[in-house]
Amino acid sequence: MTPQEIQTRLRGRFGEAVGPMADTRRDPFFTVGKGALLEVAAFLRDEPDLAMDALEDETALDWPQRNVLEVVLHLFSFTHRHGVTVKVEVDRAAPSLPTLTGVWRAAEWFEREVYDLFGVSFEGHPDLRRILLPDDWEGHPLRKDYREAGGWHGISNERENPLVELRRLDQKRRQENLP
Amino acid sequence: MTAHDPVGPSTPARLAGLPSGEPGEVSFFHTSQLDDLINMARESSLWYLLFGLACCGIELIQTGGPRADLMRFGAIPRASPRQADFMIVAGTLTYKMAERAKLLHEQMSEPKYVIAMGSCASCGGLFQGSYSVCKGVDKMFPVDVYVPGCPPRPEALTEGLIRLQEIVRHERWSLKRRPIRQGAR
Amino acid sequence: MEKLILRKIEAGREEMILNFGPQHPSTHGVINLLVETDGEVLRRAIPDVGYLHRGLEKIGEQVGYPGFMPFTDRIDYVAAMFPNEGWATAVERLLGIEAPPRAQWLRAISCELCRIASHLVSVGTMAMDIGAFTPMLHGIREREKVNDLLEALCGARLTYNYHRIGGVAFDLPEGWRDECLRFLDHFDAFLSEFDRLISWNELYVRRLAGIAVVSREQAISFGLSGPNLRGSGVDFDLRRDMPYGSWALPDFTKAVRLEVPVGKGFVGKTGDCFDRYYVRCLEMKVSARLVREALASIPEGEIAAKVPRKVKPEPGEVMSRIESARGEMAFYVVSDGTDKAYRVRVRTGSFTGMGIVEELSRGLMLADLVALIASLDVVAPEIDR
Repeated sequence: MTPQEIQTRLRGRFGEAVGPMADTRRDPFFTVGKGALLEVAAFLRDEPDLAMDALEDETALDWPQRNVLEVVLHLFSFTHRHGVTVKVEVDRAAPSLPTLTGVWRAAEWFEREVYDLFGVSFEGHPDLRRILLPDDWEGHPLRKDYREAGGWHGISNERENPLVELRRLDQKRRQENLP
Repeated sequence: MTAHDPVGPSTPARLAGLPSGEPGEVSFFHTSQLDDLINMARESSLWYLLFGLACCGIELIQTGGPRADLMRFGAIPRASPRQADFMIVAGTLTYKMAERAKLLHEQMSEPKYVIAMGSCASCGGLFQGSYSVCKGVDKMFPVDVYVPGCPPRPEALTEGLIRLQEIVRHERWSLKRRPIRQGAR
Repeated sequence: MEKLILRKIEAGREEMILNFGPQHPSTHGVINLLVETDGEVLRRAIPDVGYLHRGLEKIGEQVGYPGFMPFTDRIDYVAAMFPNEGWATAVERLLGIEAPPRAQWLRAISCELCRIASHLVSVGTMAMDIGAFTPMLHGIREREKVNDLLEALCGARLTYNYHRIGGVAFDLPEGWRDECLRFLDHFDAFLSEFDRLISWNELYVRRLAGIAVVSREQAISFGLSGPNLRGSGVDFDLRRDMPYGSWALPDFTKAVRLEVPVGKGFVGKTGDCFDRYYVRCLEMKVSARLVREALASIPEGEIAAKVPRKVKPEPGEVMSRIESARGEMAFYVVSDGTDKAYRVRVRTGSFTGMGIVEELSRGLMLADLVALIASLDVVAPEIDR
């Protein structure tokens, strides 16, 4: 089934919660409302025609101009060999979504990474904590307005240009070797 | 490039740590022969801690492999810092790893040395613009030999090991301890 | 991490939580496992990753499209041609151009050689983790020869930076084809020697057969891909089922014969450690044959398409999928019309592979945990990026 057919099928079942196909010349996608996400996910996995049994990827995009964070799901079906891209928009100020761990086990680590790097919290996640950065890191780096804190635990993040450093060492050696 | 000045034929004797014949200097002839003997034994069996973090770690393993063999210089890889003489930091040091690296360095017993292999370990390398990379391993502990490259060829790492052996060879071991280096930058 | 440990101490339990890493003598990189055990049999092992998180996805938003190519080498440094190809394919799709046929064939040849190199490290370190040191040195020795070939081709032994947006950087040098064929002849003999030495060795089989069985449904639900998925009996390979690059060219698929090895319980159950390991051995054989057949009928032509100096794709998003040595590597690139990417996302096979470790580790023995991690063939940069 093509993504357009899948979207039509979902729209027939869930109505307004499923948005239209995006108007783009590259890869197609459509948006699903936050409230209907769990039902849509379960339907996509369990319906025999669709049978999306694999969550290929779950990540997020930060759109500060529109003041939303978009969580992007790439789904794939091994039985029918078709796939679809679904996006869910969440508010940038207090982003939160229900977890998809009950539908696809792969979501466990994907959602931890989205929490770590974007700050989206997932309700019902069995173990939501930072995965890639240290536990006491402040901020969510992949957001567009992230500012580096300037080092961590006393290790500074400044270093002078190695070329400047090398020249200084070179000159010191030359001076010592001269007499 | 070495943090200690490289020793060559034109280096003044006082820098090389050798007796220089200045008036008033006690001749250390017998002691320096002992030094030579001890240092020859030490430099020929420097065991390194396997600290391969990233891409340079794979080149470290290849250097320890059959073609460019590090073991023929006496350098055997050890897994535990308690059994190691020096540490080859091969790869990018992130902040999360930096504290563990410091712990490992402290667990090695004196005299210990550090080779910073690759540009990530020397100065942060390719990832200087990143938010989670420690720009150089010498922010955590002092480094003896910097081996440039991304990743350095096995020949380059072998050269780094030979420079380290030169450093060891010119230490006044029996008379006094190595000078305590300045702390980490 | 401290929160976990405090929780355990409060409950008054008898198990210890030990750090298995992040510095440890296997090559999978800096991965820490918090092992909860009171002896040899584990309660569970919680992976603690992120010790090599270098912020590549953020760097991708800063350096521009051609500038990100050297960074892709570092995503998976053991098999660096695959992320190169993934990034080049993604940006080409965004720009709407296609690489010329000879470039696609060269990409496939370099990728299959890289797959051989990666699997050599993988099976070698797996043998070393189990306890046999010699196969590791055999693997390293053969990998040196592949490194020599790839160095003659593109100048670097490990971080190749060979593929470019629009094609590849260099053409085959003189005499490379004969060198490569000579290596492949030698390699076939080496593979059968390797099989005799370690694969069917009684001790090795006993260590791996029946350990950490991953069922088909579990593998799909946890998002495993590549040899891990095929080891559990799922017959799926992106090169055949969702063709990309040269695998979509009819001339190429006529010239080479792709065989996809699938685990079927070679000595134990389908989906155990031995299946995942042996699928990799068989893949090496297949890759060697692919390179030989591709070199025999590679077409002449240019090696790179015309790409504008400032790469500014139109706004849109693209997902390019590559069958990497460790699984499915997918590049999700979002462009907003400027010359810097808006978002670069790399989905790697090792990330999901590590996600399954906690589930499978319950009730395993400590040595079996090592065998499990080795058989999943995870590398730290793919997990942490």
